[in-house]
Amino acid sequence: MKKIYIKEEYCIACRLCEIYCQVKHSKSKKILKAFKNETDILSRVLVEEIGYNSFAIQCRHCEDAPCVEACISGAMQKNKNTGIVTCDEKKCVGCWMCIMACPYGVIKRDLSEKKVASKCDLCGDEEYPVCVRNCPNEALQFKDI
Amino acid sequence: MALKLNQSEFEIVRDKGKCISCQVCVRQCSNDVHEYDEDDGTVLSDNSKCVGCHRCETLCPTGSIKIKRRESEFKSNANWTAEHLKNIYKQAETGGVVLTSMGCDKPYPVYWDHILFNASQVTNPSIDPLREPMEIKTFIGRKPDRLELKPVRESGSNIIRFKNNLEPQLELSVPVLFSAMSYGSISLNAVKSLAKAASEFGTFYNTGEGGLHKDLRGYGNNTIVQVASGRFGVDKDYLNSGAAVEIKIGQGAKPGIGGHLPGEKVNYDVSTTRMIPEGSDAISPAPHHDIYSIEDLSQLIYALKEATEYKKPVGVKISAVHNVAPIASGIVRAGADFISIDGFRGGTGAAPQVIRDNVGIPIELALAAVDIRLREEGIRHKVSLIVAGSIRSSADVIKAIALGADAVYIGTAALVALGCHLCQKCYTSKCNWGIATQDPYLTKRLNPEIGTRKLINLLTAWSHEIKEMLGGAGINAIESLRGNREHLRGVGLNEKELSILGIKHAGEAW
Amino acid sequence: MDYKNYIKKLNNEFSAVNQAPVFKNKHEKYVSGYRVPSGCAVFGIINEDGQLFDGRMVIDGIAMMHDRSNGLGGGFAAYGIYPQYKNEYAFHVFYDDSIARKEAEIFLHKAFKILYADEIPTQKVKSISSPPIIARYFLRPKNISIELEGFESKNDLNDEIINRAEEEFVASFVSNFNADPGGSYIISSGKNMGIFKGVGYPEDIGEFYKLDDYSAYIWTSHGRFPTNSTGWWGGAHPFGFLNWSVVHNGEISSYGTNKRFVSGFGYKCSFSTDTEVLAYLFDLLVRKHGISLYLINYILAAPFWDDIEILPEDIKEFLKALRIIYGRALVNGPFSIVVGNNNFMYALNDRIKLRPLVAAKKGPLTFVSSEESAIRKVCTNPDAIWNPKGGEPVMVFIKGKEPAVKSGIKIKKENFIESVSSLNSSFAGALE
Repeated sequence: MKKIYIKEEYCIACRLCEIYCQVKHSKSKKILKAFKNETDILSRVLVEEIGYNSFAIQCRHCEDAPCVEACISGAMQKNKNTGIVTCDEKKCVGCWMCIMACPYGVIKRDLSEKKVASKCDLCGDEEYPVCVRNCPNEALQFKDI
Repeated sequence: MALKLNQSEFEIVRDKGKCISCQVCVRQCSNDVHEYDEDDGTVLSDNSKCVGCHRCETLCPTGSIKIKRRESEFKSNANWTAEHLKNIYKQAETGGVVLTSMGCDKPYPVYWDHILFNASQVTNPSIDPLREPMEIKTFIGRKPDRLELKPVRESGSNIIRFKNNLEPQLELSVPVLFSAMSYGSISLNAVKSLAKAASEFGTFYNTGEGGLHKDLRGYGNNTIVQVASGRFGVDKDYLNSGAAVEIKIGQGAKPGIGGHLPGEKVNYDVSTTRMIPEGSDAISPAPHHDIYSIEDLSQLIYALKEATEYKKPVGVKISAVHNVAPIASGIVRAGADFISIDGFRGGTGAAPQVIRDNVGIPIELALAAVDIRLREEGIRHKVSLIVAGSIRSSADVIKAIALGADAVYIGTAALVALGCHLCQKCYTSKCNWGIATQDPYLTKRLNPEIGTRKLINLLTAWSHEIKEMLGGAGINAIESLRGNREHLRGVGLNEKELSILGIKHAGEAW
Repeated sequence: MDYKNYIKKLNNEFSAVNQAPVFKNKHEKYVSGYRVPSGCAVFGIINEDGQLFDGRMVIDGIAMMHDRSNGLGGGFAAYGIYPQYKNEYAFHVFYDDSIARKEAEIFLHKAFKILYADEIPTQKVKSISSPPIIARYFLRPKNISIELEGFESKNDLNDEIINRAEEEFVASFVSNFNADPGGSYIISSGKNMGIFKGVGYPEDIGEFYKLDDYSAYIWTSHGRFPTNSTGWWGGAHPFGFLNWSVVHNGEISSYGTNKRFVSGFGYKCSFSTDTEVLAYLFDLLVRKHGISLYLINYILAAPFWDDIEILPEDIKEFLKALRIIYGRALVNGPFSIVVGNNNFMYALNDRIKLRPLVAAKKGPLTFVSSEESAIRKVCTNPDAIWNPKGGEPVMVFIKGKEPAVKSGIKIKKENFIESVSSLNSSFAGALE
């Protein structure tokens, strides 16, 4: 499967990945509307920074995804064909076991409307995830293993 | 603290309706222009710190920022211009030399823009480079006076051999090289971009006087190693790891003066590459202290040739000054295989503004004068001429070649391809584009893979344009354009300028 | 006089002459300073047995291509026409008037022993108007001296060295003479050859000069179509320099580069024509640099880098170096040329054949022409007729006059041509 690779040496900590992720997962999908009118849109990618070192991290879509294992309601699923790990918000009960289990800390509580786990879905309907497409320095790359 | 008299140069216009307070601008500005106000969730900007590099404007996801020249103006005065006033205020405040970077920005005549190129009509067919071969391969190096052959007998057959071996030549797939920019003055990522692009495209980059970083040894076949007055990083390995050696006498932006890389920029990597202690100032003296005249230069040329076993061309870079033609003639006679001439509009990492803007001559005139002088003396073929100093487009390249250059160096154009916005603040080492800085937070911003791609694209695009222009003029090999001033015409130039350039005025036929 | 003084004297005399003769008071009538591009017809015939034939055939041939010229220039070069003075330099000179002639003859007398002089016989032709005075001289240089390699003792002064020195002297004289603006031009300066040219259609020029009365073993000719309206007798083709004659169809886009290249070796381009620079290129490369004629096309119409790249290593290195050294002698733009010299006729196209050139063979005769029609007109049934490829020369030597060994090298033509054109066989064996 195609995954997002992180080239931390070129991450410039601009956080445009976060901004575009938020827009992608907003209702309006329009940057101005999303930021001006919608509240609490969560970015599923997170830029970590210490000094000048930084990188953007999002769900690794692990082979043996601990979050899938930990999920008590069966909401967290790994698609056998695509390998993408997604959270079915209808099934999620908000127990946060996935958050406890994730070794990368990339699953968050979605606070917008209902308490469900929120994580990177690789922008399944796009050719490239928006974080990759909008990284100005190609510090994120979307390619096959 | 006394009142500062200088006003800010730029104004940051922020469209509040579009600003989403995402703070990309805050995070990207190394000059701390933008600040996020947590109380009311807005971003504020301080005009006085803005250098006009356009990093924030370029990265703003909503296009809410516009950098404008600040319109506040002094009373108009053709003599006491704003720049004079500002510099005096600055100097009255600091007592220092006004520093600047990149090339001269004063409105001296740009002769390229007064020269027009020719095309074929009727009497001579133009050639379509998409359908016919079009050759722009170029060789840099000393050419013999004539062909001398001798027959030799090898394994039972007679074979032709050259009586004298051809002197070493640099083979370029396009008559454009990247000019000397040292690691130190620009970031390692910038140098890597240049080195990789040169290597993939089949041309050369130049180390400047910054030595050769260990990561770049692999690009030796496409490296011109420079030996400058500071001799930083120069040893036998260094000389032999490049394809050619260039002795730097002068630089167009600052003829007659040396360089100074402040100790703060001499980090571990720079210090090992330059072979100087970490944190110490790297001072390049104004002259080479072993070259006080032409015979000394000759000795250095031959010392370098000895060190490289006569396997590499050795060239000399000079800035275009008033006596450039006789100086160039002397350099040929001193044994140089190529001469790089840097015009007064050439760029720099740091130079006193008064030197940059007032010393030297335009490269167009220098080139014309040198080419003619060397021809008159019958030694033009003994040397290749590489010209530099603000080659801005493929049109400048083709005009330079028709004036007599073998190839051109591009420095500023290459940096612009890497993102440089010519804010002229390289000397502050705060380059927001990750080019003229050693700050690891900033150097990351230049991804050498992207840089390489952009430089290759630039060379590809220029090659196409050069081929189109050549074909239009009915020429299918660049060597047939070299020194072919019949294909150039001047517009708006006086008799003297035309005569120095050796071209006719537009409207005059052959 | 002892040897040292002898040399000194020679050198002094030479340096006196070698400083361009000052032709004062010559008026500037024709020197427009313009280079005139022109379309043209070229035609050439050689009898490789060296048998002489009159000018009728060449006139008929070039006349067939009447439409390729516009009446503003035509001319002929003929080799073997002056057997009675075959060791003397035959100068054909155009004078605007008798004043120019008087001034010029002072210099001719000073530098040469004049064995015979007359005006070239002409006849009135309706379409030819206001010809210049056309004089002819058979000359022997008086004082020659030139630095020659290997010239160590008086005994070394053999005929070949003297001939070379004479050639050098004549070259320098002609070049300086013609460089001076004025009303006199040496249009032909070789031995046992002559150039006949003027403003008019070539067939009329042929009648004008009564070429039926001359017999030669090589004839070349030219009909000119200049793109300006002022015909100039001196500007017509062939262009002559020493034994070289060049007729040329085309426009050289590399003129400026080539001109600077030859001027670096002391040639002065004073006729403002592309053809002149071609003649100097041949003179420089073949006579002065001693490059075999078999290699000339690899310089003037050099193969493309891509074609060189796929050759065997040694040929590749050789041709690459040739191009590096003589890049400025590459002739770019469309051309077909026919070059005459005492021992051969040489025709060449530009490397992508942007101008027509047809060749044919019939017994000892070889024809080259801009159009096949001209060949068919004078030779209805050739043994072979072909279109030479771009950059592929047609080279015919008078039998027994193939190039002498130069600098110890002789390149056997068949092998060499084959080895390069077939792009695979080795360079080895290219020498004899």
